[in-house]
Amino acid sequence: MSDMAAKTSLMRRAAEATPVRVARRIRGLSDQVIAWLFIAPTIALLLAINIFPLIWTVQLSFTNYRANRPNAPVKGLGIANYANILTDPDIWAGMQVTARFVLATIVIETVLGFTLAYLIDRKFRGHGIWTTIILIPMMLSPAVVGNFWTFLYQPQIGLFNYLVAFFSGVPPSGFSMIGEVSLAPWSIVIVDAWMWTPYVMLICLAGLRSIPNDIYEAAEVDRASKWRQFWSITLPMALPFIMLAVLFRGIENFKMFDMVNLLTNGGPGSTTELASITLKREAFEKWRTGYSSAFAIILFCTIFGLANIYVRALNRVKQR
Amino acid sequence: MSGITTAHSVVEPTRLAKRIAGTLVVLYAVVSMLPLLWILLTGFKTPPDSIAYPPKLVFAPSLEGYVNLFTTRSRQPPEYIASLPPAETWYDRLVRSRNMVIAGPSKYVPRYVNSLVIGFGSTFLAVFLGTIAAYAFSRFRVPLKDDLLFFILSTRMMPPIAVAIPIYLMYRELGLTDTKLGMILLYTAVNLSLAVWLLKGFIDEIPREYEEAAMIDGYTRLQAFRKVVLPQAATGIAATAIFCLIFSWNEYAFAVLLTSGEAQTTPPFIPFIIGEGGQDWPAVAAGTTLFLVPIVVFTILLRKLLLRGITFGAVRR
Repeated sequence: MSDMAAKTSLMRRAAEATPVRVARRIRGLSDQVIAWLFIAPTIALLLAINIFPLIWTVQLSFTNYRANRPNAPVKGLGIANYANILTDPDIWAGMQVTARFVLATIVIETVLGFTLAYLIDRKFRGHGIWTTIILIPMMLSPAVVGNFWTFLYQPQIGLFNYLVAFFSGVPPSGFSMIGEVSLAPWSIVIVDAWMWTPYVMLICLAGLRSIPNDIYEAAEVDRASKWRQFWSITLPMALPFIMLAVLFRGIENFKMFDMVNLLTNGGPGSTTELASITLKREAFEKWRTGYSSAFAIILFCTIFGLANIYVRALNRVKQR
Repeated sequence: MSGITTAHSVVEPTRLAKRIAGTLVVLYAVVSMLPLLWILLTGFKTPPDSIAYPPKLVFAPSLEGYVNLFTTRSRQPPEYIASLPPAETWYDRLVRSRNMVIAGPSKYVPRYVNSLVIGFGSTFLAVFLGTIAAYAFSRFRVPLKDDLLFFILSTRMMPPIAVAIPIYLMYRELGLTDTKLGMILLYTAVNLSLAVWLLKGFIDEIPREYEEAAMIDGYTRLQAFRKVVLPQAATGIAATAIFCLIFSWNEYAFAVLLTSGEAQTTPPFIPFIIGEGGQDWPAVAAGTTLFLVPIVVFTILLRKLLLRGITFGAVRR
């Protein structure tokens, strides 16, 4: 408020000191008008491309509409779609697949990412270059990554199978990462970890670097062991950053689509059929638009809740 | 060891600790680069070499993958090929040695061009709208500012498939299905949230006093914005543009559901690079390499700002 007042008085003094023509121009477009002019296009575009479709989805979710039969009569179903989804064992199986995927990737990426960040924070020679190299996978197109990993996962000729065989002695044609029910869930976890461990590493590194050196110096004076320092200083102080990375990976992997769609397409059977893959099948293969809209709304609400927590975490880190 | 008297900070790791840490990190980096190096190499293999067992590390390099990537070919009887006038170019010779002739260009180049047009178009729009909105959020009192900012960010969190259902219907009504304009608008909307958040962070860092001084000198608010704030924010705007470009370049879910030909981008196209009897791995690898190289270059250029980009500007360093 005082800031505003100061600015207003500053502007008044400026206006008084300048010739009339300029003064009029300062008053010409008030800050409030500019603010709205500048924000309106963004809000308008987001309303048109995000909110209007969202409202449409809500409306469709109460009907039996099918997008491939636009002229068929549309019947209102009330909450039947929602009831069917929440009692459908296939949907719950898919949710379990998703939950296991999210959990496995978060655990692996956090442990590996934090370890890497801790090692990089030892500041050995050339750590900058190696950090940059490690970051490359997370910037690539997940779809293209999923596609070329199918090549690496080929039984016999694939590089992954060859290397695993080389170090373990299992014949390289004896297993198929994306073809076997027991291995397929791990195949998507491995690719996701390959892509996104660097992401967690980068955020953890920021966390470690935010810890002031004097805290460690004080701990040394108090003769705290390195072990003790790690558990009572390093980990707690880096925790908000770790949580941020975990939340974001959780949200991203909860809606994971592109990489898995090209790597396993949900198969074999439905062992890797994540929520988004189910949604794609219902909406764009079976064309059950009404039903899939209801499922989309359920996913929306879940993610909206998670995003809310995420933004709070973001703001907490920001205050540091 | 007494912490106070040592000249070097006590928190400096020992030389041994550094060496162990360095070794482990380098080991991880090398292993994580193997898949990418393998794709790079596979692009220069012949199809038989690409599926050899054991995988070939040493091989005679060939451009067959790249030739196959850019052309469509048809198989012909050897007598027919012998009857043709002598091949004029090296790629004609290469294709004929496989008992095929070049039938025409493949769709890779048009798809790549689509990626460029849609990428640059949506980036330009998102950065333009994002810069002015970020400026307003940074400098002016906007009612419900925090709620608006949360709303803007939340649009990016939505699962793309869920968003795609109504967009598909809406675009069908509006005739925007499989058009570059439709994809540009869609990617602009998705990128806007990142652009607003990132740019707000960058503009927050520019002292208000600069503009106020300019306004005392007779600039209007808009002139001060254009001549003082924009030049100061140039680095941030460039970095934001690269992040938007990378998103549009990499995007797959909307592209595969909403485009099929005219406006199809590269990611949904790459899996359909197929040869006779299955995937033509060298051609796929060649297409993948050409698609990924710009991103690797940008990643290296952006390395200092990556952290900001992936946390919507919240974590600065």
